[in-house]
Amino acid sequence: MTGDESTDPTLPDPEDPGLGWLDASGEHADIVLSTRVRLARNLQGHPFGPRAGEGDRVAVLDRVRSVLPRIPSLVHSDITELGSESPRTRRLLLERRLASRELVGEHGKTPGKGSALIVGVRRPVSVMVNEEDHLRLQTLFSGLRVHEAWHILDTLDEELGHQVPYAFHPEFGFLTSCPTNVGSGLRASVLLHLPALVLTKEIGKVLQGLTQVGLTFRGLYGEGSEVVGNFFQLSNQTTLGKSEEELVDHLDRIVRQVIEYETRARKVLLRDAASVTEDKIWRAYGLLRYARSLSFEELMNLLSGVRLGASLKLLSGLRVYPLNKIMIFTQSAHLEEAAGRELSPSESDAHRAAYVRRILASEGAVSPDESGSDGPSSSEPSG
Amino acid sequence: MVCDNCGSGNAVIHLTQIVENEMKTLHLCEKCGAEKGVEGSTVPESFPLTDFLAQMGKQKGGSSGTGPSDACAFCGLTFKEFREVGRLGCPHCWTAFEGHLRGLVRRIHGSTQHVGKIYLSPDPSVSEREKKLEGLRRRLRRAVELEDFERAADLRDEIRSLEPSS
Repeated sequence: MTGDESTDPTLPDPEDPGLGWLDASGEHADIVLSTRVRLARNLQGHPFGPRAGEGDRVAVLDRVRSVLPRIPSLVHSDITELGSESPRTRRLLLERRLASRELVGEHGKTPGKGSALIVGVRRPVSVMVNEEDHLRLQTLFSGLRVHEAWHILDTLDEELGHQVPYAFHPEFGFLTSCPTNVGSGLRASVLLHLPALVLTKEIGKVLQGLTQVGLTFRGLYGEGSEVVGNFFQLSNQTTLGKSEEELVDHLDRIVRQVIEYETRARKVLLRDAASVTEDKIWRAYGLLRYARSLSFEELMNLLSGVRLGASLKLLSGLRVYPLNKIMIFTQSAHLEEAAGRELSPSESDAHRAAYVRRILASEGAVSPDESGSDGPSSSEPSG
Repeated sequence: MVCDNCGSGNAVIHLTQIVENEMKTLHLCEKCGAEKGVEGSTVPESFPLTDFLAQMGKQKGGSSGTGPSDACAFCGLTFKEFREVGRLGCPHCWTAFEGHLRGLVRRIHGSTQHVGKIYLSPDPSVSEREKKLEGLRRRLRRAVELEDFERAADLRDEIRSLEPSS
């Protein structure tokens, strides 16, 4: 069985285009993993994604490609045509949250001609071409930066809209394939880590409240995905009848309230259940630090405890950035990319554990618990 | 992961619900998901659009649908097909089924009037044509409201002649 420190340590650098959002630099970065804004746009004169033939799809991509040199936001960008990429590369883009399941081809199906992802090298913007809509403009930031994300995307939208003719209706606004996206075509979402609200069982009330103020929540990978590791993606439910500024402003305001609730719940945990909370956090750290095999789900649950510990400074010296990195680089396609070959599920679990051990070991500066126990043993068995 | 319902199928649908202030996640296989009326990832769980559209049909009497019998002149999508898949075929569908979509959009968003960014097409000829089409569509709506069907038919022909064909 492989899976020890023999795994290739030279993983892709998170400075890669499109991975800047991992750097834990934005506001409230310990609670807010990322802020995403996307705009759905379609070109005049072509059927929408689900009804577009190959000719239309290729024409849409060619049209966008031909104007790229005149789009300052994307003048330096990488274009990936998904149909000609390996399944692993496509999964990598999905795991990095740059491409949707629909774009990369669901259930291993090869995407049709014209499916492409354009990723800005200098700015954190990207465009999915020939998804459900012709264009999905998106931006992804670390931490809570809803207004900044909107302004960056608005600029790209203005630049692109001057070069290619969008389908627009004076009453309905920007026309989309699905009526739930019509109008502004804007979906702003914030990925929040809310372990204390879950532990104190307050989360249900909070989520229920969100639906009453026009927000909706999803799991880590957006639409249709499961909530894992206490990560909740909050976004606006409707896209028409409010201006883009109103939509992002509303989301920002509500998210700040949720952060306030989470912070209060953390204080309650530390006040009323300090030893249980500390124990949970140190156990999670211990397992991650020494485990030889981890499923992704187990990892995410443990990582949630460790992230809480880092945020509460119980695991002092542990930064948020490596924890963000672990979340992305321990997904199966990333592990296979690092190993340079396909991995069986059990090999994946072993490689995942090895990666986590290496990252946590390199962080190294976690203080042992001062309140009596000895903390994690210093004698790690050699791998 | 095994399906929570039948215990044998591979769980591919993960449904998170709030029941009595507690969050519960249900893992279902495709079959059990379909039986429980949960759609796959093509439709947002929080908004089962196709169910909603089916309901719309029933409300007005009969599953055969109440939508326009004509297909969109540009892409050929019929309103019945739209009701089944929940996705429009092309920008022109929005005009072809405008009356019906207005009701749907109001129910989804609480409004039909876009108040965000106003877009001006980079191609002035396209923009002019769109403006003219919009005027014609407004007149068509008024003609239908006044039950002036002869006038409406003329206007519809004029609109079709201006709409770009494939």
